[in-house]
Amino acid sequence: MNLNPEAFVDIIPYLVTGLWYTLIITLVGVALGCVLGTIFGLMRLSKNGFIKAIASIYVEVLRGTPLLAQIFFFHFGIPNLLGFNLDALVSAIVVIAINSGAYIAEIVRGGVQSVDQGQIEAGRSLGLNSRQTMRYIIWPQALKIMIPPFGNQFIISLKDTSLLSSIAVAELMYQAQTYSSITFDAFEAYFMVCLFYLMITIPASLLLRYTERRLERS
Amino acid sequence: MIKVTDLHKSFGDNEVLTGITTDIDAQEVVCVIGPSGSGKSTFLRCLNRLEDITSGEVVIDGVNIADPKTNINKVRQDVGMVFQHFNLFPHKSVLENVTLAPLKVKHETKEEARSHSLDLLGKVGLSDKADDYPSSLSGGQKQRVAIARSLSMNPKIMLFDEPTSALDPELVGDVLAVMKDLANEGMTMVVVTHEMGFAKEVGDRVFFMDEGKMVEEGTPEQVFEQTSHERTKSFLSKIL
Ligand SMILES: Nc1ncnc2c1ncn2[C@@H]1O[C@H](COP(=O)(O)OP(=O)(O)OP(=O)(O)O)[C@@H](O)[C@H]1O
Ligand SMILES: [Mg+2]
Repeated sequence: MNLNPEAFVDIIPYLVTGLWYTLIITLVGVALGCVLGTIFGLMRLSKNGFIKAIASIYVEVLRGTPLLAQIFFFHFGIPNLLGFNLDALVSAIVVIAINSGAYIAEIVRGGVQSVDQGQIEAGRSLGLNSRQTMRYIIWPQALKIMIPPFGNQFIISLKDTSLLSSIAVAELMYQAQTYSSITFDAFEAYFMVCLFYLMITIPASLLLRYTERRLERS
Repeated sequence: MIKVTDLHKSFGDNEVLTGITTDIDAQEVVCVIGPSGSGKSTFLRCLNRLEDITSGEVVIDGVNIADPKTNINKVRQDVGMVFQHFNLFPHKSVLENVTLAPLKVKHETKEEARSHSLDLLGKVGLSDKADDYPSSLSGGQKQRVAIARSLSMNPKIMLFDEPTSALDPELVGDVLAVMKDLANEGMTMVVVTHEMGFAKEVGDRVFFMDEGKMVEEGTPEQVFEQTSHERTKSFLSKIL
């Protein structure tokens, strides 16, 4: 056995730094992903075939390719083609935004579609136009349906950020890798990094389950 | 008040309404009866263009709503609709269900909308439920809220699509009583219903539909007791 107990403590400051990066990338990325997801999700519900097709292409391409390929394509591929350099942190946030946006678009579409058609008819028959019906009747009900899958997506995106270590973004996984390659305390480093992820994901999924239960009751 | 001329409605290749022509006067109560799938709901939904009209004319208070240029939202303010499954807004309280359209469409002040809506809830016997949510109401109460909600826009016409079909038998009476009051106040009403008692008592006219056609229209006595149409007879013998 080759265990270095001190390494468990030694690595903590690096992981704390990494945690900030992970959290910022996830929060900003998923927030932007919400904007993209709402736009593309609603576009997918459009009656206009062209608008719908654009949104479908976005969703299918992003969901049909591995995140690692998207990271490399965006961070190395596009800058190489156009002849500029991208800051890794910017690439990281943009890729998480575009990637989570595709999944959130599906959540938005599903949420809106699962609101009973009769709700639209009730709104429209009162004289509300389609916008008002969406805003006051459909959207609030859809949001409620969307919260659990959205919470799931947040947790998935948070774990996805670990792949950003491949372009040297200073997030959690990158910190663990760097530490381990310098000290050779691989077990300690990767054990601790898992612990750090769990520190976020376990409370997040507890919160999610609590919210789900409350939603069910109301 | 409602003038329908050669109304046709198809879903794809399936022609559901095959040329309906009729006139409904102001303050008239018309009950629409007929077998399942005969096009009763579709006919009713063409009257506020919840279904696109394939061809023909539907003129509501002088406005042809089959014309795509008609501002349908404006017309719908004058045409209330009550659904079989109530379609109350579950995320809004009873009062908010009723005030929504006056606030957002008519831009009434909160005070105006509130006091008018409380009056309407009183009228349907549910003043005490104003702050409850629809999920805590019985079916009969839900349907009465739905009626109050439709009335919130002060419509000239009310459309009812089997308003009591989803209710437990003991709750039907309360809803029919509210509808009867409305009729007595002179509301123009078109009611798709299986409640033959209501049709006889409150209806000025009965439409019998079958296979997308208006087979017969007449007073309740004419249709229920003196019909010479075989299809009407066989339908009535099955349900009475
Ligand atoms: N949205 C739709 N798309 C396709 N077909 C439809 C649609 N709505 C109704 N139909 C068809 O139109 C026909 C008439 O339906 P409608 O709902 O008007 O009948 P109904 O007389 O109201 O019957 P019920 O008593 O069962 O309510 C049926 O054959 C039905 O399948
Ligand atoms: Mg029907």
